[in-house]
Amino acid sequence: MPHDRDALITGIGLISCLGEGVDAHWDALNAFAPVVDETSFPGFPVHPMTALALDKQIPKRGDQRQMEAWQRIGTYAAGAALDSAGVKGNAELLSRMHMIVAAGGGERDYAVDSAILSALPKAENPGAYLNEHLLSDLRPTLFLAQLSNLLAGNISLVHGVVGSSRTFMGEESSGTDAVRIACARIAAGQGDLFLVGGSYNAQRPDVLLHYEMGHLLWKQGFAGVWERQAAGGGMLLGSLGCFLVIESRAHAVARGATPLARIASVATDRSRRGAGEATANAQRQLAALDGTYDAAATAVISGASGAAAATVEERAFLDGLGLPVRAGASAFGHGLEPSFPANLALAAMSIARGSLFAPLEAAEAPMAGPLRDVLVTGWGHWRGEALAHVTAA
Amino acid sequence: MQDTDHLGRPIIVVTGVGVITSLGQGQDVNWRALTAGKSGIHRITRFPIDGMKTTIAGTVDFIPVPDSSAPAMSERLAELVIEEAIAESGIGQPGDFPGPLFLALPPVEMEWPQRLALAAESGANETVAYDDLLRAAGSGDHARYYERFLFSSVGENLAVRFGTKGSPIATSTACASGGTAIQLGVEAIRRGEAESALVVGTDASVNPESLIRFSLLSALSTRNEAPELASRPFAKDRDGFIMSEGAGALVLESLAHAWARGATIIGVIEGCGEAADGFHRTRSSPDGKPIIACMRNALADAGLAPEDIGYINAHGTSTPENDKMEWVGVSAVFGDRASSIPISSNKSMIGHTLTAAGAIEAIFTLLTLRHGVLPPTINYDTPDPAVPVDCVPNVARAAQVSHAISNSFGFGGQNVCVVIGAAPK
Repeated sequence: MPHDRDALITGIGLISCLGEGVDAHWDALNAFAPVVDETSFPGFPVHPMTALALDKQIPKRGDQRQMEAWQRIGTYAAGAALDSAGVKGNAELLSRMHMIVAAGGGERDYAVDSAILSALPKAENPGAYLNEHLLSDLRPTLFLAQLSNLLAGNISLVHGVVGSSRTFMGEESSGTDAVRIACARIAAGQGDLFLVGGSYNAQRPDVLLHYEMGHLLWKQGFAGVWERQAAGGGMLLGSLGCFLVIESRAHAVARGATPLARIASVATDRSRRGAGEATANAQRQLAALDGTYDAAATAVISGASGAAAATVEERAFLDGLGLPVRAGASAFGHGLEPSFPANLALAAMSIARGSLFAPLEAAEAPMAGPLRDVLVTGWGHWRGEALAHVTAA
Repeated sequence: MQDTDHLGRPIIVVTGVGVITSLGQGQDVNWRALTAGKSGIHRITRFPIDGMKTTIAGTVDFIPVPDSSAPAMSERLAELVIEEAIAESGIGQPGDFPGPLFLALPPVEMEWPQRLALAAESGANETVAYDDLLRAAGSGDHARYYERFLFSSVGENLAVRFGTKGSPIATSTACASGGTAIQLGVEAIRRGEAESALVVGTDASVNPESLIRFSLLSALSTRNEAPELASRPFAKDRDGFIMSEGAGALVLESLAHAWARGATIIGVIEGCGEAADGFHRTRSSPDGKPIIACMRNALADAGLAPEDIGYINAHGTSTPENDKMEWVGVSAVFGDRASSIPISSNKSMIGHTLTAAGAIEAIFTLLTLRHGVLPPTINYDTPDPAVPVDCVPNVARAAQVSHAISNSFGFGGQNVCVVIGAAPK
């Protein structure tokens, strides 16, 4: 039964290595050919961001210059989501639009880092050397390009989203919790119109360094996330930007918006990842959905990262459901914070079209029949388990 | 007395608080120092200050932390203030807090000591590039670094230790983060998701690079010669904020839940308001509209009028810009009363605890109402005619206040205001 406080997805801004927008993604997914950059970071393949005409969403060159890539990706995707929802430039709506951004941090100045790392150990007074070079060599505005909440700040500045602005941090879980809190606030009448999402720039050595310290990266030729598991698993990171406009049904109807899908439920939790703990969380989340979807017309879009332990456990859980599965990370790479919003975007666009896109690898079964429901998983590569149920609006 | 508010929502009360600042550990130590007008600002000894434009800070130097880094120390401060808050509240069982965790946390990234350690391991001689760091990262066991510098590890570790429920949420709205964490907790209880929530703001990120980043934005005071005199909110010769460390934790509960278990109520979170500013990355709209909106939104949420407010716990950073804009906002919201309503800045004594400020200052506001004493704004010796506030200059003042607001504003257009009420009699 439609309800005024239903959470509807009324706009999607999605950019990745597969292109820009849901139509481009739909086409690319149905004729899937991996887009991987194997040369920029030798030995560390990444899915690169598609070429963006930045002026389209970030018209002022000064704004583009003030941002680093992760902020440009996010600000661009946010603008695309506002366009898609038909709210771009509508000052009245944007003045009461609530923003929840899932963010990590921004790029460093790699040349400055390298120069300091090279010379500091030989300096007579290493502490003084560090101070002197940070003071003279860091661009003053770089700080603002690094601060986690400044993606949201740039979206306020460039697109005028000023109802409120909150940033969540915490890898995959920041994205799952951003969506959960937005939907919960809509259901409880704590807001009507939300912009939720995030961005990730995989094409930077410091993030590769971070995950290499955890021995978590896939360093061979392209393979889908399931296929990788036979060779020890690993994450193939991808540059990704995704924002969703999520609004109450009453609000969407009142302004004549066309919804793409409904987020019928979204649950998040955590565990220490002891044996079977993540599965137990997922089972609880699934049990709460009991009877609310028709298995014959349901598929799973998995947020599996490719990192071995979590991916293997999630796959076993999904096999028990017997539903067709697609892993978004095989298509656009694993993008940490915006992964869950991006997989929700794939779910919403598939539901809007009434069918699931083609398998991305041999371990994924084709689905011939109509699609009415999608379960979207969001298991973090380290911690955090989420499950959303997306259905027709 | 009923247990729902003017909109029929659960009334949210605070039943336990914990705080650490450069003034010391615990509410009693902090409250005594704060009402005595004592400053916690001092010369930095944690790292070399050669060449620095600012050499003073409100660091917390009395809590030893092994393998120290901003997230390691922020986590340790959070643990200590949470322990204090839960002990006062008496809620739950050890390691089993009955509600969710909302954490205001500074952004996390690998720091120079770890970067230098990898560089040394790489064995590169003349120049060290990220390729060398990557090679070193892949060849050894660096799982500890990897886990430490995940954005999620502080919240995860706290959730494990205190047994909070559900996915812990770490938020950053820059210098408004503590206020945002409180608002998230209030909203969760109002939605009926939980009867209680654990809110903590923590920040221990005074290191060479973060100090220099703020310095390069000309945000910091350079009154290095007399550290305790450097933070001077609302004074005409204020010249920037003092970077500081600290943490504050609050146990939030529905009033019904607190009553049912016979808890002592410290005060009430009556409402929260927020508004984003799209004017500039670091500056407020010159018309003050978002600051005004966040205070008005908070009052509306609390069901109060400006006349009901008896005290303002200012954001009051001591930067020329912030204190002027806060006055613009306060004078618009409070009209004729703006110059007579007491508005003091804890930052004159503890400096700017950044991510933690909203939580710490909400706690100090609760204590202000509880004890009937307004903490002063110290170092107020040269009034600024452009900012004609009653900042409770230099000396604490006895005053019974029923309702107060605590403001937090941050880079990126972040504005949060929390309305705090005295415990029901």
